[in-house]
Amino acid sequence: MILAGQQRMAIRALRQMLSQEVRSVRRLTDRTNDEWLQALRSSGAEQSRAIEELRSILVRGLRYGLESTLGRRGAIDQVEDFAQDAVLRILDNLDSFRGESKFTTWAQKIAMRIAFSELRRKRWENVSLDQLLATDREHGTRRPEMRDDAPDPGEVTSAVTAMEVVTSIIENDLTDLQRRALTALIIHGMPMEEVARSMETNRNALYKLLHDARKRVELEVRKRGIDIDDLLSHV
Amino acid sequence: MKYDASFIRMILMMARSVREHELGCDECWREVDRFAELTLAGRDAAEALPLVEAHLKGCPECGAEFEALLLSLRETTRTSAIRANIL
Repeated sequence: MILAGQQRMAIRALRQMLSQEVRSVRRLTDRTNDEWLQALRSSGAEQSRAIEELRSILVRGLRYGLESTLGRRGAIDQVEDFAQDAVLRILDNLDSFRGESKFTTWAQKIAMRIAFSELRRKRWENVSLDQLLATDREHGTRRPEMRDDAPDPGEVTSAVTAMEVVTSIIENDLTDLQRRALTALIIHGMPMEEVARSMETNRNALYKLLHDARKRVELEVRKRGIDIDDLLSHV
Repeated sequence: MKYDASFIRMILMMARSVREHELGCDECWREVDRFAELTLAGRDAAEALPLVEAHLKGCPECGAEFEALLLSLRETTRTSAIRANIL
């Protein structure tokens, strides 16, 4: 009987512990955005618990998000580092969270950006844009045979003519920077982030540079009275 | 510099899709978490945020990050739901 009483007490204590644990975990999973911010801005055990919970969410998300890029093994190996970097970045940027999504969605967005940036950087760290472009100049690529007479406005009768029109626009109406960026992206498959780094700019500014280039090509084709779909059908 | 047909074709396709006003990568980045949540909720994210949709389609890097973010969110949402049910 005494043993049974001790067992009952032990079971009751165990139940209480489990109940506290359940309440604790439920608190973590149910955090509102404000609760996340408050916990991460706090100190001591409360902040440590929040950081660990956040890190755990990021690791889990990164594993699945990157599995198709890295393979299962690679995703498991690398995500801990990405998550750790992301936690630090998130803690440094809590004030920039605008509350328009769940805090954890915003946090996972940051983690994913860090992971992709790092993967791209590693993939291209030994590649020089200048060297790639120098190789292009040395070897060149196939070029259409140029005609002496310029095509009439609106006339696109062959692949050669279409190639001539676009080649002329690229060479005469785009800037050198625009040509370099397009070549790196399209011919060499460099990511925008790496092209931007090589050009000592950033991805957003590079996107704007390319947007201007795209607009210029579209305008120049239109000025020649040519339909862009017609050009495409001949290339 | 000489250009081959695939390069010219790509330039034309990029020019064909250009719009006067497009979001840059930074502007898209600021909105993409909201876009992802709308998508996961089964709402028409493209209708709510058409410029974000256009950028994600036109920018391979933002597009790839968004697809990975969706996978990440699906997994963490799924495991949170399982844990909530268990508890």
